[in-house]
Amino acid sequence: MTDSPTAPPATSAGPGVADTGSAISDFGIDTTSRSTGEALRDYVGRVRGGELGPLPALLGLAILLVIFSSLSGNFFTLNNIANLMSQGAGETIIAMGIVFVLLLGEIDLSAGTASGVTAAVLALHLFNDGNLLKPMGTAVYYAFVIVLVVAALLAAFMRIWIGAVFAIAGAGIMLSGLGANPWLEMVLAVCVGTGIGCLTGFLVSKVGMPSFVVTLALFIAWYGVILQIIGGLGELSIRQSPVLFDVANSNLDALGSWIVFVAGAGGFAAVVLFRHFRRLNKGLVAQPTTLVVVKAIVVLALGAGATYLLTLNRSPNPDLTTISGVPYVVPIILALLVIGTFVLDRTRYGRHIYAVGGNREAARRAGINVDKIRMSVFVICSSVAAVGAIVFSSKVGEVDGTAGNGNTLLFAVGAAVIGGTSLFGGKGRVRDAVLGGAVLATVQNGLGLLGFQAAPVNIITGLVLLVAAAVDALSRRKTIAH
Amino acid sequence: MNEPILELRGINKSFGPVHVLHDVDLTVRAGEVTALVGDNGAGKSTLVKCIAGIHGMDSGEVLFEGQPVHVHNPRQAAALGIEVVYQDLALCENLDIVQNMFLGRERTDNGLLDEAAMELAARKTLASLSVRTVKSVRTLVSALSGGQRQTVAIAKSVLWDSKVVLLDEPTAALGVAQTRQVLDLVRRLAEQGLGVVLISHNMNDVFEVSDRIATLFLGRMAAQLPTKDLTHSQVVELITAGRSGDLGLARPDVATV
Repeated sequence: MTDSPTAPPATSAGPGVADTGSAISDFGIDTTSRSTGEALRDYVGRVRGGELGPLPALLGLAILLVIFSSLSGNFFTLNNIANLMSQGAGETIIAMGIVFVLLLGEIDLSAGTASGVTAAVLALHLFNDGNLLKPMGTAVYYAFVIVLVVAALLAAFMRIWIGAVFAIAGAGIMLSGLGANPWLEMVLAVCVGTGIGCLTGFLVSKVGMPSFVVTLALFIAWYGVILQIIGGLGELSIRQSPVLFDVANSNLDALGSWIVFVAGAGGFAAVVLFRHFRRLNKGLVAQPTTLVVVKAIVVLALGAGATYLLTLNRSPNPDLTTISGVPYVVPIILALLVIGTFVLDRTRYGRHIYAVGGNREAARRAGINVDKIRMSVFVICSSVAAVGAIVFSSKVGEVDGTAGNGNTLLFAVGAAVIGGTSLFGGKGRVRDAVLGGAVLATVQNGLGLLGFQAAPVNIITGLVLLVAAAVDALSRRKTIAH
Repeated sequence: MNEPILELRGINKSFGPVHVLHDVDLTVRAGEVTALVGDNGAGKSTLVKCIAGIHGMDSGEVLFEGQPVHVHNPRQAAALGIEVVYQDLALCENLDIVQNMFLGRERTDNGLLDEAAMELAARKTLASLSVRTVKSVRTLVSALSGGQRQTVAIAKSVLWDSKVVLLDEPTAALGVAQTRQVLDLVRRLAEQGLGVVLISHNMNDVFEVSDRIATLFLGRMAAQLPTKDLTHSQVVELITAGRSGDLGLARPDVATV
C-alpha cells in the first residue's frame, strides 16, 4: 500500500520518482544517484513547497546589484565593492553568532550592546596600557571581575568548560594588568563576550525566563555599562595600534590573497567532491555528480575571479596610492563560516542544536541535555559578537559610548533572517548570516552612494527586514500545512 | 508458549494521595503482542511510564529476562532494551529520517558524525521491517504523513537491539490505510522476536494484532488473557466494569477501592 507524502505536494519530486517510488523496495531508490534533471525538479519542488533556503537572499542581492549599478556609476567599482565587504563585516559576524540562538527559536537582543561592552573594554585596555582599575574605578572594576568569575562558575556548573575557561581567563587578564598588546586585547574582548554569554544563557536556560525578556533587560543594562566605563571619555581612538586598525581597514598582499583563495574555494571544492564520491562509493543518497562538479567549478571560478580583481590596484587615485589585495575581513569571515558550518553539520553538538530547535521535548526524550544546549548557544553568540566588535571598532577606528548600539542589533538579526534563518527555530545555517549581511551592507552602501539621507535608508532597511521575516513566516506556513 | 521477557509483579504507584496503580501484574512475552487496554484514567500511561523509568515505582518487582532489575530513569530502560514510542511521536520535524532515528545516540567516527554508518543502519532497519512507503531515508520528517511518521518512530525503537517495545496509541491519529501499515509493522516487530506492548482504545486493532489482552480497570489488572479466548463484548465489559462473568476482578463489594 502506497502512502504518498502528503506534505508539500511537489516534494514527491518528478513524476518519474513518484511512479517508481512504491515499486522499488527497500530504499532501492536511495542507492541510485538521481539524474541532474530529477534533482533540479526536486529542488524546484522543494522551493515551491516552502523550503526556500538562500534563494530569496541571492535573488535580492542580484536585484540590488543591478539597480545600484545602473543608478550609480560609483557602485560597481572595485574600490566600493571591497569597501562594502568591510562595511558590513562587524554586523555580519555578530549575525553568525545570532544564527545559533535563532536555531533554538530564541532571540538575543543584547548581542549588540554586549559587543559594545567588549569593544569598550578592548579600547580601555589599549588606552590605559592594561590598567583597567584606574579608568573604571574600584567599584566598577571589581564588580566586572566578579561578574566574570560568576559567569565562569555558572558555565562550570553547566559543564560548559570552554565557556568557563574563557570567562575566567577574562577575569585573569583584567587582574593581571598586562600592558597594552593588540592580540591580548582581542583575546580579552572575546573572553568578556564569553562571560556575558554565560550569564545570558544561564538566565534563559536554568532560571527559565524567556530569552526575549532576559536579553531585552541586558540590552539596556549593557548599554549602561558601556556609558559607565567609557561614556565620559569621548572617543577612544584605536588607530594607535596598527594591528587593531588593520583588521577591517587593510588587505592581504597578493600572495596572501591567493593563499586564501586556495584554502577557501579550493578547500570547498575538495571537500565537496571528496564527500560526494565517498557517498557514492558507499551507496548512500547523493546528488547527481554533474551537479556537484558544476557547483565546485562555479565556486572555484567565482573565487578566482574575485581574488584576481581584488589583487588589482583599486585606489581611486592609482597614481598616488595603491590599494590592492583581499581585505582581512574576508578570511576572518570565511574562517568563522567554515568553523560554524562544521560544528552545525558534522558534530553531535550541532545536530543536537537543530533537534532542540525543532522539537525540544523530542530532544529531551532522546537524552539530549537541553538546558546545556540552550545555554551554550548564548555563549557562542556573545563570544562571536565580541569578534564582530573587534571588526566594527577597527572599521571606525575608535570606540565611544554608542558602540554596539543603534542599528547594530537590527542589522545582525536582520542579516540572519534575510539570509534564510528562521525566527521560529530549527532552520538556518551560518552562511545565511553572510548572505543577509551582504544584502544589508549593499542596501546601506548603495543608498548612501545615491545620496539618500539616514531617514530613507533606515526606512528601506527596515522594510527589507520585514519582507525577509514575512518570507520566513509564509514559507513556514507552507511547509507545515499538510 | 513464548518465554516471558518482562514481568511486573505487584506494582504500586501513587501521585500524592492518588493511588494510581494497585498491585499490578503484567507479563510481556517475547514474540507476542500484548495489548494493554483500559478506560481513560485506568493507569495505562502511568504503567508504561513506570516501565520506561520516567516514573519511579512505590513498590513492586520487575523481572527482565528472569532477572530482577531496577529502572530509575529512561536511560537505564533503554540500556536494558526497553523502548517506548510515545503518542506524541517525539520526532523533530526539521531533521530527516536518519537523523531522527539516531537522535541522542548518533554514531561518531573520530568525534565527527558518521553519516554513512547511520544512513546504512537506518536503511537496513527500515528494510528489515519491510517499510517501503518512504521514498528516501533522507526525507525530512516534516514532509512525511502521519502514518509514515509513526513508522519512523517505531523503526527508531527497534534500531537499538531492543527487546521490549511499548507503543502508546500508535494508531490514534491515523486514517484507515495508515493504521493498516502501522498494525502490520507492529505484527512484524513481534515476528522478529520482540516483546510488544500495544496501548490502544481501538478494539478492532487490539483483536487484530494482539496475542494477549491485559485490561486495566481503575489501576488494577482486571485480566490478562489470550486474545483468542476473549470476545469483543467481554473485553468491553472488562474495561468498563472490571469484570465479565467469571473473568476479571472480584465483585466491587469485596475489592474495596
